Amino acid sequence: MSTENNSFLSVKNIVVEYTSGGDIIHAVNDVSFDLEKGESLGLVGETGAGKTTIAKTILRILPDPPAKMIGGEVYMNGVNLTTLPEDDMRKRRGNDIAMIFQDPMTALNPLMTVGDQIVEGIQLHNKNLSRKEAEEEACKMLEMVGIARRRFVEYPHQFSGGMKQRVVIAMALACNPSLILADEPTTALDVTIQAQVLELIKDLQKKYQTSMIMITHDLGIVAETCERVAVIYAGEIVEMGTVRDVFKNPSHPYTIGLFNSLPNMVEDNARLTPIDGMPPNPAKLPKGCKFNPRCKYATDACRNKEIPVTELTPGHVCKCCNLNRGDK
Amino acid sequence: MGKADSNHVPKHGKKKRPNEAWKTFKRVFKTPSAKLGGVLMAIIIFCAVFAPLIAPYDPYTMDLTDLFATPTLKHLFGTDAMGRDVFSRVLYGAKYSLALGLFTAFIGTMLGVVLGSLAGYFGGIVETIIMRFCDIWGAIPGMLLNIVISACLGTGFFNTILAMSIGTFPGGARMTRGQILAERSKEYLEAAESINASKTSIMFKHLLPNVISPTIVSTTMAIGGNITAAAGLSYLGLGIQPPTPEWGALLSDGTTYINSYPHLLLYPGLVIGITVLAINLMGDGVRDAMDPKLRD
Amino acid sequence: MWRYVVKRLLWMIVVLLGVAFIIFTIMYLTPGDPAEMLLGTQATEAEKAAKRAILGVDQPYLVQLGNYFYQTFIKFDLGTSWIYETPVVQQMAERLPRTVFMNLASMIITIIIGFPMGIMAARNQGKWQDYGVIGLSIVLISMPGFWVALMFVLLFSVQLGWLPSSGIGGIQYYILPVITGSLAGIAGNSRQARSAMLEVIRADFVTTARAKGQDENTIVMKHILPNAMMPMITMLGGSLTHIVAGSAITERIFSIPGIGLYMLNGISYRDYPIIRGCTLFFAAFAAVCTLLTDLCYAWLDPRIKAQYQSGKRG
Repeated sequence: MSTENNSFLSVKNIVVEYTSGGDIIHAVNDVSFDLEKGESLGLVGETGAGKTTIAKTILRILPDPPAKMIGGEVYMNGVNLTTLPEDDMRKRRGNDIAMIFQDPMTALNPLMTVGDQIVEGIQLHNKNLSRKEAEEEACKMLEMVGIARRRFVEYPHQFSGGMKQRVVIAMALACNPSLILADEPTTALDVTIQAQVLELIKDLQKKYQTSMIMITHDLGIVAETCERVAVIYAGEIVEMGTVRDVFKNPSHPYTIGLFNSLPNMVEDNARLTPIDGMPPNPAKLPKGCKFNPRCKYATDACRNKEIPVTELTPGHVCKCCNLNRGDK
Repeated sequence: MGKADSNHVPKHGKKKRPNEAWKTFKRVFKTPSAKLGGVLMAIIIFCAVFAPLIAPYDPYTMDLTDLFATPTLKHLFGTDAMGRDVFSRVLYGAKYSLALGLFTAFIGTMLGVVLGSLAGYFGGIVETIIMRFCDIWGAIPGMLLNIVISACLGTGFFNTILAMSIGTFPGGARMTRGQILAERSKEYLEAAESINASKTSIMFKHLLPNVISPTIVSTTMAIGGNITAAAGLSYLGLGIQPPTPEWGALLSDGTTYINSYPHLLLYPGLVIGITVLAINLMGDGVRDAMDPKLRD
Repeated sequence: MWRYVVKRLLWMIVVLLGVAFIIFTIMYLTPGDPAEMLLGTQATEAEKAAKRAILGVDQPYLVQLGNYFYQTFIKFDLGTSWIYETPVVQQMAERLPRTVFMNLASMIITIIIGFPMGIMAARNQGKWQDYGVIGLSIVLISMPGFWVALMFVLLFSVQLGWLPSSGIGGIQYYILPVITGSLAGIAGNSRQARSAMLEVIRADFVTTARAKGQDENTIVMKHILPNAMMPMITMLGGSLTHIVAGSAITERIFSIPGIGLYMLNGISYRDYPIIRGCTLFFAAFAAVCTLLTDLCYAWLDPRIKAQYQSGKRG
């Protein structure tokens, strides 16, 4: 396939499998999306839906074995990242594409000072910088995320969770990447800290015109930080569109289920409506639509056929063959 | 839709119970190496139990016309300085060595578990005394303590078991206490306490199962080491004495003739090595199956 | 940090006092008459009583214990061997270099061979190097050490004639003892190193380093190895103790007149001063090794260092 479109980031048909004790786990099944410069996309879905795997595939840091990218391509500014030699890819990691990890408690090396860990990335991608200059740069990054520069020499265990996540963010932004992959950056944090960290990420993203993929299971975070959203279920994008479109007009039964399971301030429902059933076993995905065992509209077609992607309005797509249901 | 649904709902109920042991068994012998260990062990145990039926000769009968025979079909492992058939002696000796390994590992670990549980349960001064005692006891290198204690208790089967068991308890005590402390700080205990379950019932219902699997694992892992250690004691003349055909005693016998008749040393040693290897291979399987945290 | 070191040293003294007490009590409770052991069964009751008085074993337990502690810990005198009638301290001092040399050499070998083996296995998890190391180590752990030593003697001394089988002399006399003494330790260390590495290889901060664009070799050296060293060092204390304990049998096999052999001789004659002195020595040796590994640990890990410095732990 050639690079017919000129999106900043273009993810095309990626498929990732894990092998675990003889079983093959279909973690990501044919996921495609585009991302423009400065734009932020939310990937929403339950735990285990394959969101983190998508991010790691883009960055090519899947743990191999057990994970393996079976098919698909990732283009960044027209360059195919999937076929790039490892050495060239390494130069892009941290420099062009940076990742913010989910758990700040474990994402930092406990035996290195936070300063050294930021300097490590800076020096890797700015070989002409002296150690002193890199340290100065790292101090600036710390200050930018709201940490005093004297804490440069402290170890991760001397920081609180929220502060650690700030360090992780400083590390990710240290080389001024053009794409940030934020993997549930606030899940491990207290609610009050969550807001601060999100604010920080959003500000920095706006300030540097950085593109961002925000991985989360929280629709609220998506609404707050993203322009577009993709809903992931069992390794597939089931619905994607602008935040406005998807939030106003959720079309896939799963997306609707997600919204129904949120507390609603306006209608003041006494009970939330959870989605029935459990996410499918990724080693034994159901035939047809992956959501069909939990879907109350499921028909025989849903259980047997491949489901086509329908474009509802420009840019708002949905993978469901029952879009003309009565309840909409 | 009911059909598809039932795949996702875990089945509860009585049916599950009898499967549990079988499942554990299957998990233990999942890897080829654990299977190999299991098969070897089955053969060795079979030999130990049916030694009188399998052994071609009586292990104590001397044949002064056939001393130091090198291995042939007639005498698989040759004969010793008194013309006794070494193969038969090894077969008969299996039960002593296996029993030594098993009993010492079990008694030693149990002693440790009891002390560790007391320490972990009562805490405070009891804990301090027990654990400090274990620290001191454990400061004497294990094998030396075994040597000293068995020198004091005297030789023989039961004294050797006793010596080796009391030589090895601090490890078990530390492990048990560590497990109990770790479990005690977990939230499910608070949850159990919050629904007003009594402390003793909590201890038994919740703590014990969590302490038992590491205990089984460490017992299994200790058996092999204890068999070689027991053989070492016998080699020094402190464990089980000839003419009992315990494997270490056979080696001790054979050492005298190491230069001229190495087969007296080679075969019994190989048998010990293979037995311990089988136990260790199985031990790794047990550990992987019962305590995924300890996996390597 | 110094506070921690001093605390640990003080605790070590307590441990050694405890060890002395335990060994003394075990000896005291041992049935049998030392005088009869020394004089033979033919000796008259009067002769035996006289001998008992000389040895001091006719006194009450507490008096004997008090004497022993006074002699050992105040006057630093381990007494006089009953059978050889020479001062135990003097004998031990003479034998000390051999035992210490042999043990230290074995320890160093177990570390410089065992750890890299385990690290290599972990880096090639699931490949032939990994299976090779796993297989080799489990076989080495399973073979009785003294039997392997005897087989080595058979092969390298008796059959090939390359190395002397026993006694002391030049460095060549130590080659077989040191190698056989370190085999089990190599196996144990490589297993430990492998599992410690595997634990860390999956850690999140390794992924973080990868996401930064760091190359694999630097990740291993800078991130994985230092973190894996922590559990490795903890286990090292235990494996060193094993080597110390095994050295008695090794010395017996290779007839090396070290402290271990001295102790075994003492045991066969029920020579209490020798047994007590040697056990105390080995316990002290093991305790120093453990202390050193613990200090290493505290020094390398900022989390633990901080705890010690603030005096919260000790």
